[in-house]
Amino acid sequence: MKIWLPCDAAAKACGAEAVLAALKLEAEKRGVRLEIARNGSRGMIWLEPLLELETPAGRIGFGPMTPADVPALFEAPESHPKALGLVEEIPFFKRQTRLTFARCGRIEPLSLAQFAASEGWAGLRKALKMTPAEVVEEVLASGLRGRGGAGFPTGIKWRTVAAAQADQKYIVCNVDEGDSGSFADRMLIEGDPFCLIEGMAIAGHAVGATRGYVYIRSEYPDAIAVMRAAIAMARPFLAEAGFEMEVRVGAGAYVCGEETALLNSLEGKRGTVRTKPPLPALKGLFGKPTVVNNLLSLAAVPWIIAHGAKAYESFGMDRSRGTIPLQIGGNVKRGGLFETGFGITLGELVEEICGGTATGRPVKAVQVGGPLGAYHPVADYHLPFCYEKFAGQGGLVGHAGLVVHDDTADMLKLARFAMEFCAIESCGTCTPCRIGAVRGVEVIDRIAAGDASAMPLLDDLCQTMKLGSLCALGGFTPYPVQSAIRHFPADFPCAREAAE
Amino acid sequence: MTDTARLRAILVAHHGREGALLPILHDVQAAFGFIPDDTYAPIAAELGLTRAEVAGVVGFYHDFRKAPAGRHVIKLCRAEACQAMGGDAVQARLETALGLRLGQGTEAVTLEAVYCLGLCACAPAAMVNDRLVGRLDAAAVAGIVAELGA
Repeated sequence: MKIWLPCDAAAKACGAEAVLAALKLEAEKRGVRLEIARNGSRGMIWLEPLLELETPAGRIGFGPMTPADVPALFEAPESHPKALGLVEEIPFFKRQTRLTFARCGRIEPLSLAQFAASEGWAGLRKALKMTPAEVVEEVLASGLRGRGGAGFPTGIKWRTVAAAQADQKYIVCNVDEGDSGSFADRMLIEGDPFCLIEGMAIAGHAVGATRGYVYIRSEYPDAIAVMRAAIAMARPFLAEAGFEMEVRVGAGAYVCGEETALLNSLEGKRGTVRTKPPLPALKGLFGKPTVVNNLLSLAAVPWIIAHGAKAYESFGMDRSRGTIPLQIGGNVKRGGLFETGFGITLGELVEEICGGTATGRPVKAVQVGGPLGAYHPVADYHLPFCYEKFAGQGGLVGHAGLVVHDDTADMLKLARFAMEFCAIESCGTCTPCRIGAVRGVEVIDRIAAGDASAMPLLDDLCQTMKLGSLCALGGFTPYPVQSAIRHFPADFPCAREAAE
Repeated sequence: MTDTARLRAILVAHHGREGALLPILHDVQAAFGFIPDDTYAPIAAELGLTRAEVAGVVGFYHDFRKAPAGRHVIKLCRAEACQAMGGDAVQARLETALGLRLGQGTEAVTLEAVYCLGLCACAPAAMVNDRLVGRLDAAAVAGIVAELGA
């Protein structure tokens, strides 16, 4: 009897280890020979722990499993109350276009053999036969844009670093995934770490960099351990590509997700934001030309090289090409990771695919793009996932994390939280962010107390933060605040009066 | 091993490493449970920094402790996804059961906030010592409190 049980942090947080213990106990009791493989997550987090039983017809899912559900698995699995049928036929999974996450959940994350047997290293092998310039052009032609949130064309960044002359260049992978609602980076590392290694080695070849760093936030202990183990195992392949890399661990500072703050942190400094120019592409880590890419950008590259830019570019809409791993969390019935071509609408995703709220109440607001993203009302359901379309609606796609709130959400409280979070996490370099966020909390408290004169003040403060901040932390914190006021004036006592 | 010898061993292990300060501080905290004041000067000397620069880095990052935490540490997520699933109620329950406010601690338990554990689709979530817990409800909170003997 062969069983797959995820070792992803979300599966563990939902009790996978207790299920594992029950499985072993039950198998021993019945004298059944049990083979257990630990895969990554399929991304159907509402079903975690999602156990899979290998059968000649394919892998059959059971979930969400508890230890009490284990004995029945050994009796008549087909009539098990938690049976889900073939895992890859579950609509949430079947409707996806999994390119970056093709292997995630299917293989054991630290099995080089399973990785290699499922197209692993195909991109790197092909890239090493191409000239660096050809690799850069291929990435450029794919239309891949930075998946960290800024949406800057990855190929242009690579071309800049490739053209720079230096004795040392670096590839830095940003896994300081601090946005609430985002967990794609964590899931990929815990499910398919060699994919990232392959992407970084290709980037190194393309721009002439021989060293790479994976900067992972300390809140992801499982990902850190898996990544370290994977790098150690991949040494022979990395040596062949003339590339070496290591993991560095953050220390609980959200702002280090900003690329220049991240570089300072890697250098062993306070994680403060640098002024640009100079661009990190020219003067980055230790003053050397550096590619700083989000994990999702780098992990998309092996597929692009293996299958060609044209194939990747054929997915998507307008200037948003390829696929995007959308992550849906918060108050949602079927939360998880859904990779699909750009162009799917917010409403399709939240209502059709994810089934609305977990509480069964109506959706009130969906925050898209993390704590710096706007709150969208149901009226925005027509919006397709596309960088320009969201920007045109006063929002942002960001790292593609979504948080769903039901109709009990207090938007004033959430707006206040946005300012509070900015105040806690501000690096302190620029005044609009450092002072503005603190004043923002105070002004929202005045509004909550019914002080109508505070409304224009808040608007003014948001303008100052937007225009005067050095980076997206201070610059985008007004997005959730102002969208909350704009779309949900009833939650702001003074705005309500003004409207009446 | 004396404290001085333990610190020396950490510094030796990182000798010559690029940007070694954060890795060193993580190891110091793992060894001592916090970053003792009297480690600043030797670390600074090793890296060619001033003591103030080391103190500045320790002070900047939320992870680095200037004093030991309790025997158990509960990090409760306060970010939006957890709020959307009743995180505030979980916080109130934990605070009442432990007799602590978020951000406070005793020798036994430290209760602190964290902003996102990447468990947003199984919220509310927390980290109890090294263990991640999702889908926190009243029963799960009671279980945690009982388990820690708090």
